[in-house]
Order: sequence, then C-alpha cells, then structure tokens
Amino acid sequence: METSVIDAIAERQRRQLAIRLLIVFALAVLCVATAIADVLTGPFQLGLADVFTAVFEPSSLDKRILVVVQDVRLPQAATAALVGAALAVGGVEMQTVLDNPLADPFTFGISAAASFGAAVAIVAGLTIPFVSIGWIVPANAFVFALASVLIVQAIARFRGRSTDTLVLVGIGLIFTFNAMTGMLEYVASEQALQRFVFWSMGSLTATDGTRTVLLALLLCVTLPFSFMASRALTALRFGEDRAQSFGVNVQRLRFWALFRASLLAAATVSVVGSIGFVGLVGPHVARLLIGEDHRYFLPGAALVGAIIMSASALLAKSVVPGVVLPIGIVTSLVGLPVFFTLILRSSR
Amino acid sequence: MIDADLMLENVTVGYRSRQIIRKQTFLPFKAGAISALVGPNGAGKSTLLRAIAGLVPSTGELRIGQTLLSSLDFEERARLVNYMPQALPANVAMTAIDSVTAAYAISRRSAGSREAITHAAEALARAGIADLAFEPISRLSGGQRQMVAFAQAMVREPKAFLFDEPTSALDLHHQVAVMRIMRSLAEAGHAVVVVLHDLALAARWSDHMAVICGGSLVAEGRPGDIISQQLLADVYGVDASVGLWHGALQIAVKDLAPASMKRHG
Repeated sequence: METSVIDAIAERQRRQLAIRLLIVFALAVLCVATAIADVLTGPFQLGLADVFTAVFEPSSLDKRILVVVQDVRLPQAATAALVGAALAVGGVEMQTVLDNPLADPFTFGISAAASFGAAVAIVAGLTIPFVSIGWIVPANAFVFALASVLIVQAIARFRGRSTDTLVLVGIGLIFTFNAMTGMLEYVASEQALQRFVFWSMGSLTATDGTRTVLLALLLCVTLPFSFMASRALTALRFGEDRAQSFGVNVQRLRFWALFRASLLAAATVSVVGSIGFVGLVGPHVARLLIGEDHRYFLPGAALVGAIIMSASALLAKSVVPGVVLPIGIVTSLVGLPVFFTLILRSSR
Repeated sequence: MIDADLMLENVTVGYRSRQIIRKQTFLPFKAGAISALVGPNGAGKSTLLRAIAGLVPSTGELRIGQTLLSSLDFEERARLVNYMPQALPANVAMTAIDSVTAAYAISRRSAGSREAITHAAEALARAGIADLAFEPISRLSGGQRQMVAFAQAMVREPKAFLFDEPTSALDLHHQVAVMRIMRSLAEAGHAVVVVLHDLALAARWSDHMAVICGGSLVAEGRPGDIISQQLLADVYGVDASVGLWHGALQIAVKDLAPASMKRHG
C-alpha cells in the first residue's frame, strides 16, 4: 500500500487529536471562568481582589467579606463544579456500560433511595449522639443510596447479565422508594414536610467546607480509575462481544463502572439533593464536541458537567434579585429543552 | 508465515454442554486456509466460534499451534484469536480511524499514540477504505461498517481470525470484498474460520468446510468432497443438485426434500 496515503491519514488524525485536546483545554478555561464568576456573584458584591486576598492573605481582610468568601461562596462554587463533574463522569460511564444514551447516574433509583433516606431522617427526626443534626440527613441519604446500589448489583450478579434487567430493576426501585417516600410525606408534620421538600429540590446552600472536601476526595479517588478504564470503555462502544474479543473483561468493567457512578451519585445527592439532567446532558454535549474516544470524552464530560452546574448556580442567584433558587430546579429547567431535543433527534 | 493451526479436540461447548466435536474427534483449522462452518439455523456454528474465542465456556482441548487456549487469560487469548461478531453498531460517535485505533490500543498499553495511528491507517488501507478514515461510523453504510470491523480485526494482528457471518446483510459487491480480505489473510498465513449462511459462497471461497447440524459435526473436508445431494437433504432438508460449472462448485436448490430422501429425521 502506498505509504504516502497512510502517512497523510496518520498526519490528519494527529491533527484531529490535537484539536480534541484543544477543546478539552478550552473547556477547562471556561470551567474556571464560570466558577470564578459563580464565586463573585451574589447578594453581596465581591471583587476578584477580595477573593484572592481571602485565599492568600486572609488576615488583612474585612471579617465580613472573609466569612462570605470562605464559608459561603468558595465552598458553594467548588461544590457546584464538583457535583457537575461527578454527575457527568458518572453519566458517561453509565451510558457506556448500559449501552443506553438515556442513562444517567440516577438510572438505578439512587436519587429516589437517597430521597427516602433523607425523608426518614427528617420525618422521624433521627438523632445520633455526638453527630450534628446537619450531618444526619445527608448521611442517611447516602446510606440508603448506597443500599439501592448494592441491591441492583446483587440482582445483577444473581440474575443474568443483561443490561435491560438492570435498568428494569432500577425502575422498580424508583417506584418502590417513591411510594415509601410518599407514605412518609403523608404522615409527616407540616414543618418536617417543608424541610423535606426543600431538601429534595436540590440546593447548594447546605454545603460547608467539610462536605466539599469530602466530595473532592471521593472524586480524586474514583476519577483515576475511570480514566484508567477509558480504553476499555471505548472498546465497549463497539458491542459487548467485540470488546470481549479485544480482551476486555466486560463483566468486571461493568461492575466497577456502575459502582463508581453510583458512589458519586450517592455522594452528590446526599450533599446537594437531587440534581437533574447534568448526568444526562453533560455527556451528550461532550459527545457532540469531542466524540466517544473516552480518553478525551471523560475529561471533556467532567468539564462540561462542571460548567453546566456553575452556570446554573450563577443563574440561580441572578434570575430573581435577592433570591437564590434551588439549583436542582434550575438545572432541570435548563436541561429539559436539551433533553427533548436529544429524544427527538434520536427517534428520528 | 504465522503457521499456527487452530485445533479442536473432544470439545463440548455452551452452558448446557452441547457436544459439538464428538469424543476422539479432531478438527483442525489449518493456518493459510479459509475454513467455513456451515449448517442450518441453530446448529451451533456461532456457539462453537464463540467458544474458541472464550466467550462461551467449553471443555476439551483448543489449541493454537502448541498453545492451549484455556491456559491463557482473557487478554492473551484475545491477542492470539480474534472473534468478529456480525455487525458493528452504528450509534457510535467515532470516526473509522478512531475505532480502528481503539481496537489496536486496547491491548497494547505501552503503544504510543503515533504507533497506534499508523497501524490503524495501514489497516484501513488494507481493508480498502482509506478514503473513509475520517467518516463518522454513524454515516457509513452497513457494508462500509463491516469493512471498518475488518480493519479493527486486522489491526490486532492475531494468529487466527474467527468471523461470525460477516457477509450476512451485505450486497454482492461487499460480500466478495469481504471474502477477498479473508483470502488475503489466509494467504498471509493466518488461520481463518468463518461461519457462513450462504453455502454457495462457502463452497466457492473456502478451502475446508465443517458441516454442523443439531450441535454436532456431521461432515468435514474439502467442499467438493463433502457437499452432495444427500448431505443437503440430510442437513438442510432440501432437494438440490450439486455440480461443477466453469470449474466451480454450484448448488441449485429445487425444493424441500421429500421424506424418502432423508436418511434421518
């Protein structure tokens, strides 16, 4: 075969990869920019200088500004970006291993389970000695979310390997947990009900530095494993049998990918409540921008997810002056048109 | 020359342990030859192919050259034997060259990006689709996608190739293109095993044929030696005449076989 043709193809492909890398880099820049804008925006106007001083020279700053930056803006902005990245990465892994473009980290009823856990904690007024009340609701949400993950995984182990079975079990769990949550809402006091409804809308206001750090740690632990699996995930896009014939252990890949996605989903839902559509839309936007070579797709989706969340947080603070809307509502309202567009495109 | 025959001995496959190769039976798929697995629907052809690839459990001895396949782990086995399922999914957001590069890189972690890309470009050229390298998979026709799948298989450079009905759903042009690729692989010294539905295509292109029916091997040898009116009546239940035309084996199916023709039901 003429080497000149092969060289030309190879050269063009190297340029294509460079462009993809450039897109990822541009997304990273945009991500930092939206996050900074998120930090600066709010009822209390901040300047860039205030934030830098608060971070690098806190002693020289007005106490009130310091509190706003350190205790409110920075943790909330960081949490928004982290949650977006976590949900989008989870979304990529779920969509790939389930071979279903409409899957997201909450497909297996993790969000419904977490809501039930939170409802139990709020309505029953759970208290644990030496544990602050602010921690009990997210902790219980996490426990229930994790339990639902384990149920799905256990069923997957015993009953066949088909991805359809997994999705059906997930749908069953959603209905079950929703029914049980409904029951609790029915018997709950007015005050507890109000608290629960607010929690279930998804909000960044409950975050503090510790939770942000925990979320960041979890991402730091899981992300390297996701990136290490990127070649296998790419191969899985060509079908299970083909991936296996390329030497990919599909069973193991699927188990760990679902586990990572579920863990991230459980953590995010327990920290900020149920955030819709980021896990669905983030991967789709990244796919349109850079394709499904997961070496670029995963980081790209993480950044798109972070950008969507930061932008939503920004929007939540600026739509109604002086009022911060729950971010879960904003992401859903922004995500809905995108979601319908995707459905209409895919059913064409 | 690669010169690694694929040999099956006393093999039973599947979850219910269907015995496809009977005890004491030895079925060799020679390096340098195209071996066709033929038989009616549900005969167990694809299952046998999948068992060789390690996708379905099996007992007995599967060897490539001197290497016992069952002694290898997933990845090592995939490097020696490449199984290609029927059709490449269309809903993949990658270009042809992306997908071939991915097939190369998956089991060569140390390979640099430059090396992988060059190999992928070569494989696309060998499959005759260098001009489609930058087309998205979703925009290719079924025949073109099958060529991408062949490029994926070739870029992995296994010793033996296993193709599961690669010509089904292809037009005549692509059927012949696919068979020619298989011929070139055999000529390069690979063992090529292919499940084919089209008996005429199998008779025309294969050097060796194994007829599988009801989960067991019923005939094996050169197509010209084993295909007969009686075999077609027994295996497919059809009344057909078999003869040579311009030096090539031809099969003309007339009707379903009357009960009197079949040796067993």
